[in-house]
Amino acid sequence: MIQFDAVHKRFPNGTTAVHDLSLEMPEGGVTVLVGSSGCGKTTTLRMINRMVEPTSGTIKVNGKDVTQQDAAELRRSIGYVIQQAGLFPHRTVLDNIATVPLLLGWNRKRARARAAELLETVGLAADAGKRYPHQLSGGQQQRVGVARALAADPPVLLMDEPFGAVDPVVRTQLQDELLRLQKELNKTIVFVTHDVDEAVRLGDRIAIFRTGGHLVQCAPPAELLARPADDFVADFLGAERGLKLLSLQTLAAVPQGPAPRGGDWTLVLDPAGKPLHWSSKETELPVRPLKDGDSLLAALNESIASPSGLVARVDADGVLTGVSSRDDIHVHAGQAHSAARVVAA
Amino acid sequence: MTIDWSWIGDHTDDLASLTLSHLQAAMTAVFFGLLISLPLAVVAHRVRPLRGFLLGLSNVLFTIPSIAIFVLLLPISGLTRTTTVIGLTVYTLVVLLRNTVEGLDSVPAKTKEAAKAMGTRPLRTLLTVELPLALPVIMAGVRIATVMSISLVSVATYIGDGGLGQLFTDGFQRDFPTPVIVGVVLTILLAVVADALLVALQYVLTPWRRRRA
Repeated sequence: MIQFDAVHKRFPNGTTAVHDLSLEMPEGGVTVLVGSSGCGKTTTLRMINRMVEPTSGTIKVNGKDVTQQDAAELRRSIGYVIQQAGLFPHRTVLDNIATVPLLLGWNRKRARARAAELLETVGLAADAGKRYPHQLSGGQQQRVGVARALAADPPVLLMDEPFGAVDPVVRTQLQDELLRLQKELNKTIVFVTHDVDEAVRLGDRIAIFRTGGHLVQCAPPAELLARPADDFVADFLGAERGLKLLSLQTLAAVPQGPAPRGGDWTLVLDPAGKPLHWSSKETELPVRPLKDGDSLLAALNESIASPSGLVARVDADGVLTGVSSRDDIHVHAGQAHSAARVVAA
Repeated sequence: MTIDWSWIGDHTDDLASLTLSHLQAAMTAVFFGLLISLPLAVVAHRVRPLRGFLLGLSNVLFTIPSIAIFVLLLPISGLTRTTTVIGLTVYTLVVLLRNTVEGLDSVPAKTKEAAKAMGTRPLRTLLTVELPLALPVIMAGVRIATVMSISLVSVATYIGDGGLGQLFTDGFQRDFPTPVIVGVVLTILLAVVADALLVALQYVLTPWRRRRA
């Protein structure tokens, strides 16, 4: 667990970057710090591994005050991932990943073996290990950055806009990978971003900062979206925050019935029972079947896109289990939204 | 102007030892130049107020005429190889210091930041991150300093040293062009070969710059 207690940071030029911050970041959870630029979110992150020293207040990592520890040793015990990876251009990928183990005094063979193992963990091919960073794509470099941060198996991971410089498709992949990794590794992660969608996707808790280093609200994403503390938070989350809330709920609880027969639109299946397309007398239109684990937002979207207003539901193998109507999805979405409000209250 | 080939044949041993002595004077100067420049460059790179002073000082030293330096050194180190090397070293400083400072400046802030955030202490960061990344710019300075020193060694003929430069005075005094021509050719050859070796050395030392994707 990471605890901030009345932490204040004023830079020598007089600007206050962080104002009287008290915040707990729970163990094994992802805490996302969001806010527009200059709101103190990065400064907050950097105070955890003493890249920035607080002016007053205390920061404890797993109960120990960070300022009471040797700065270099503290940093070796905390993983750090930065934008555009910040890899060492003169070291091979393998040696980049082995950085912290080598600093901790592991022998080269053991450090490289560990690095090779991590290449696989972050989804890179083994032959990438011998390359230099400039020979990799941006997304691959970012994976190496994550592997490097994980090398010495630190309990805490700091991530400073790690996926800010890659294109949206790769960014989504990297976010998925991070969620998958986190399920296995259960690290205490502090993640800085200015992207609300990224925060909602990744965060167990989201802390919203306002210019001048004020923490405005810190809550789980559903609570934040359902009950923003003030207009600033509501504006920051955007006009579609109701829809974003639906992205956190799954389709599982929405009732389903048998696929219709003899209407204007027929759902055509292949011999195995997998939906192929919607068919009418005149034409065929594509179908996008959803699984129980897909979000209500995806269901709402498909209910609008589907020509019949019905959403095809499939099991893990892609075999049709039934259909859900536009009305059922809409009603359920409304209920989910008000439920989130009540829970939050 | 004709070349007396038999003179060359008669003096191969002398020519070899002069060439070796010439090279030795130049390389020793570059070696000490680097030894002095590296710590000064680190200071100039880290302590901004000292930067202008140190670079300015190396510029001023460079403007002193070479013969004057040797004359000034005579009371201290006399007519010796030491005087030659000290004089040449002073001249290498202007290039080596400036290039080393620029090399250190060229290391991306992001990379140094990453080293620090991983828990690398400052000295280790300097030795394992900053200097390797500054190497191409430093080596560019070493190449210039080497070629410059090789051409300057001859000036030390005035204090009885000077390697291949002795061939020039010998040729002039006897109005005999062969040693002069041989001296010029050997000096140029020495400079070209030394430069090529340094390029090869840099290639070996910077494997990450070879295969640009």
